Amino acid sequence: MLRFIVRRVLQLIPTLVGLSILLFVWLQRLPGGPEYALLPDDATDEQRASLRRSLGLDEPLTVQYLSFLRRIAQGDLGTSIASGRPVLEEFLTRFPATFELAVSAMVIAVAVGLPLGYLAARRRGTVLDFAAVGGSLVGICTPVFFLAFILKVVFAERLGLFPSAFRLSPGLDRTNLSGFAVLDGLRTGEWDVVADALAHLVLPGLALASIPLAVIVRMTRASVLEVLEEDYVRTADAKGLHRNTVRTRHVMRNAMLPVVTAIGLLTGSLFAGAVLTESVFAFPGIGSFIYSATQERDYPVLTGFILIIATVYVFINLLVDISYSLLDPRVRAQ
Amino acid sequence: MLRKSSRKPLALLAAATSLALVATACAESTREGGDGADSSEPFVFAAAGSISTLDPFLTSDGETYRYSRQVFETLLRHESGGSEIVGGLAEDWEQSEDGTEWTFHLRENVQFHDGDALNAEAVCANFDRWHNLTGGYQSSNNSYYWQSVFGGFAENEDEDIPDSRYVSCEAQDELTPVITITEYSSIFPGGFSLAAFGLMSPSTLEAIADQEITGEEGNYTLPEYSQVAGTVAGTGPFTVEEWDQDQDEVTLQRFEDYWGEPAGFETMLLRAIPDETARRQALEAGDIHGYDLVAPADVEPLEAAGFQVPTRDVFNVLYMAYQQEANEALADLEVRQALAHAVDRQRIVDTILPAGGEVATQFHPDTLDGWSPDVQTYDYDPDLAEEMLADAGQEDLTLEFCYPSDVTRPYMPAPRDIFDVISADLEAVGVTVEPVTYEWADYIPRTNSGECPLYLLGWTGDYNDAYNFIGTWFSGYNSEFGFRDEDLFEAMAEASGNPDDAERVAAYQELNNQIMDILPGLPISSSPPSIAFAENVNPPAVSPLTQENFSEASWK
Amino acid sequence: MTTPPSSQNPAGTGTRGGAAPLLGRKAAKVDRLAELMGERGDDGHGAGVWREAFLRMRRSPMAISGAVIVTVFVLVALFSPLIAPYSPTAQTWGAEVFPNRNVFVGPRAENLLGLDNLGRDQFSRMVIGARQTLLVGVVATLVGFCVGALLGGSAGAAASLGGAWGRRFDNVVMRVIDMMLALPTLLLAVTVAALIGPSLTTVMIAVGVAQIPIFARLLRGAMISQGSRDYVLAAQALGVRKRRIALAHILPNSMGPVIVQSTLTLATAIIDAAALSYLGLGNPDPAFPEWGTMLADAQRFLSSAPSLAVYPALAIIVTALGFTLLGEAMREALDPKVRK
Repeated sequence: MLRFIVRRVLQLIPTLVGLSILLFVWLQRLPGGPEYALLPDDATDEQRASLRRSLGLDEPLTVQYLSFLRRIAQGDLGTSIASGRPVLEEFLTRFPATFELAVSAMVIAVAVGLPLGYLAARRRGTVLDFAAVGGSLVGICTPVFFLAFILKVVFAERLGLFPSAFRLSPGLDRTNLSGFAVLDGLRTGEWDVVADALAHLVLPGLALASIPLAVIVRMTRASVLEVLEEDYVRTADAKGLHRNTVRTRHVMRNAMLPVVTAIGLLTGSLFAGAVLTESVFAFPGIGSFIYSATQERDYPVLTGFILIIATVYVFINLLVDISYSLLDPRVRAQ
Repeated sequence: MLRKSSRKPLALLAAATSLALVATACAESTREGGDGADSSEPFVFAAAGSISTLDPFLTSDGETYRYSRQVFETLLRHESGGSEIVGGLAEDWEQSEDGTEWTFHLRENVQFHDGDALNAEAVCANFDRWHNLTGGYQSSNNSYYWQSVFGGFAENEDEDIPDSRYVSCEAQDELTPVITITEYSSIFPGGFSLAAFGLMSPSTLEAIADQEITGEEGNYTLPEYSQVAGTVAGTGPFTVEEWDQDQDEVTLQRFEDYWGEPAGFETMLLRAIPDETARRQALEAGDIHGYDLVAPADVEPLEAAGFQVPTRDVFNVLYMAYQQEANEALADLEVRQALAHAVDRQRIVDTILPAGGEVATQFHPDTLDGWSPDVQTYDYDPDLAEEMLADAGQEDLTLEFCYPSDVTRPYMPAPRDIFDVISADLEAVGVTVEPVTYEWADYIPRTNSGECPLYLLGWTGDYNDAYNFIGTWFSGYNSEFGFRDEDLFEAMAEASGNPDDAERVAAYQELNNQIMDILPGLPISSSPPSIAFAENVNPPAVSPLTQENFSEASWK
Repeated sequence: MTTPPSSQNPAGTGTRGGAAPLLGRKAAKVDRLAELMGERGDDGHGAGVWREAFLRMRRSPMAISGAVIVTVFVLVALFSPLIAPYSPTAQTWGAEVFPNRNVFVGPRAENLLGLDNLGRDQFSRMVIGARQTLLVGVVATLVGFCVGALLGGSAGAAASLGGAWGRRFDNVVMRVIDMMLALPTLLLAVTVAALIGPSLTTVMIAVGVAQIPIFARLLRGAMISQGSRDYVLAAQALGVRKRRIALAHILPNSMGPVIVQSTLTLATAIIDAAALSYLGLGNPDPAFPEWGTMLADAQRFLSSAPSLAVYPALAIIVTALGFTLLGEAMREALDPKVRK
């Protein structure tokens, strides 16, 4: 087991190094280099040259790359062009909002997707199955920004059930301990803050949940169907085990393996999906910040955020692999 | 069908999750509790963008000024709801014969938020600080208005910066500062009302004296005092309590010792919602109590739903610029005239701009003195346009045409649609249009440096003087338009330097005729932008210069 | 019928060749598709599998509805200039709509779907838009397919035929692919698009680039699983040149999963292109009808003229659904496990 983990961790190293090279190249080399992005177009050649010198762009590439790595290792991802603040700081202040959004989307997707997928498999060929499969296909095919917009028009604008924008009501009095509104509210006992934060999470959470929900429904269904076909389930049924026992001990447990994997990885990809959802709901998280960074050509922010998100994604992968191998000994053997 | 069946259980199940239920129930109750007569409820206003600095001197950005006008005050200002220059912190002022000495008589008993008293010394401390700034502060990004009003600094660190027009600020007595400049320009007295020159308290100036702007051109790190509330103090009706950057929220608190009428709201919050439709929806959903840059189509439905949507007076102009260096065909007057005849500006006004908009015949609205009734107009006549193009030998003209992709401006709702109409009109007379978009942050530098042969841009006046419009563009060679006409430039300088008001206005009229003969661009429209408020708000008097004073507003 | 591979674990995340770390669901799903469909040929009637799959698909309602949607869409796209009654860019009725006062013109005799916000014929725009949308989808898929196939194909060929150096080459290429796979596709597309500036080409390249790693991994997996087949060993024993084995034997036999993926990618490309348009990274010419741009642009009129947004939205959903149904049906029909 330990060997397996060590091997997986070692395999990460080239991936992360490669990722950093990719981003390094992107930051330093693309259209004309940062001196074109940073300086106005009518800047003089001397201005460009002096900026290149001050950014160390006249040094050999390897030296530049090593100093880039050193800065990353020190947590220095550069400074945002738009706000003039460190990229890491920008990320950390916005991370809690997007984290809460991603978690609520995942809670919705799992809470609805698992039972729905399971039921669809058990009642294969019924209207329920058809609706679940069809619905999830339509879900995957609907542009997220349009779904988000419709949710907002119906539930916020017309029915007024939920807020249409922001993460917390403006002017809400709260104790900010960690940036995580819900957690802080729970810790300090400010229940109005918890309720307010949750109300703001419902609509963007639903919109963001659409893709993972569809994926979970289909994976659960496929996986349960596959397990139901397995000999050991038939054996268990045949030997007269109670249906519920068969379901929980044999079917669900085995069918959950790939679904759990998917859930872990979908959580990582939600950070990217948040770009669309957050910009529809003016939700002040990582996604809307990336959106405005693309609008403002804020290269340091784009590079830094992508590096962080990709690294997080790679590590989630690692965790999924490890937990997976704990659950399924066959993976280790390979 | 499928869609419905899949969403319904989804919505039901989600609602069944206790999470959502608790949330709804509680959210409802807080809302009910929040409405009504409670005057301590914060007033929430949504702008299209977030502020960029707490010190307005460091920017030229309108969203920042909306905040800073509530917190800092200037020597002069515009009358509430109008465009006349009146006393601000100075009750009264006079200028010397030649317009180089400006004497201000300050109000008595004005206090800064931190308790400092406003006196001539405090005023001069501000002006001297600006004049003596060094390093990153001297970048035109960080001192745009200082450079356009006062030229350069005590010691210019870059030879591109013009010589300083500022000579000194002396305290004649306790409440009488005298500001001396090298030569008169019509930029005064309007320049003293610019939000960028909001006065900060002497203690603030002392505290921030050693804070520098670090970094390189285009990648500046602004000083801490301009990013974290707590240091800056002005004299305005509101104090700035907090700037929560991760929520994009600025919290303003009523200043109880304000010299004038205290603010109607105890707390005012400024939030950013970039999307126009999202702002309207937030108002309708009750998340905010007001917003700016209302889409023309939203005005009626909002009013029908009980919201207040006051319209500002017209004080802007939208134009299509011809950059004559970016495409040499545009250097031919006949081509410029032909394009002008090709565009159906009336249709843009009728179908896209808000009610009350008008086709612009010259580069500033008719509400300003100096507007000329005699300019050459270029009526919509596609046949004539086609003929003129043929005459100029430009039947196969291809032109790049730029428009901003991500914003609306007070003078330009729906840039895409306006572009689309003009471009279709141009294609109808045989011009091939190549559309180019840039994000706003990119659009300004690119159009300013002359990359786009045709582009849409406009201007909302800073103060009530025609020169604030035409002088911005045509006072000398300008890469936005890319032409040299020494006769025009000389006439502009002469008019602007004339301290006699009547003579100056007559000169402006002559200039407008001259400009429309040269036709450096096609003025399209002047239109009145709207601003929206919730039903239970007494809105402030709306300002044609978009300089609303929110201390006038209150809960009903 | 083909027997399912015995090494298959129920999770379907089995890896081949040991070189690929379990890089997540995306990778696992891709590998599985490659592997399953590489299984055919063992029972000696390789070409029959496609025919068999086709017969099976003819009975599947999923495949039929997918095929009908796709056919209609492609026909409309191909013949759009003949179908569209008016020019999609001419603002012929420009004086009849007043978007600033919420006055729009709905369906009427001369304009089947009414007018858009600038007085253009909405029906013509939808029809011509189909062509642009198809173009974006196809080009984006081709970009992903070509570059991905080049990377994955060379890696796969090297791994199955190239000995120690081949495996090393394969390893390096796969590391690069895994890295790209670690970047969420939309994020990758957004950054590519932000980098090269907004245009229709940008959208096609950005969406295509995001698909490269999937195609690469897929083709490599399929080729490696083909590489150990008897016919390859036989050809090698007969002294056929390696390049010829790779190009003439392994590659054609590995195309199945890639074709399935191409169909699914067309759907993704159409949706992602719409998302990029929404983010302002799409075609700068608003006159030019493309469903994503039309949808993104018309959302602001949703309360006064909902149809302006609903038509393109439905068109996108239905078309993407068509490609997804067809792709999924093909996958199922070719998947020996489901075939049972």
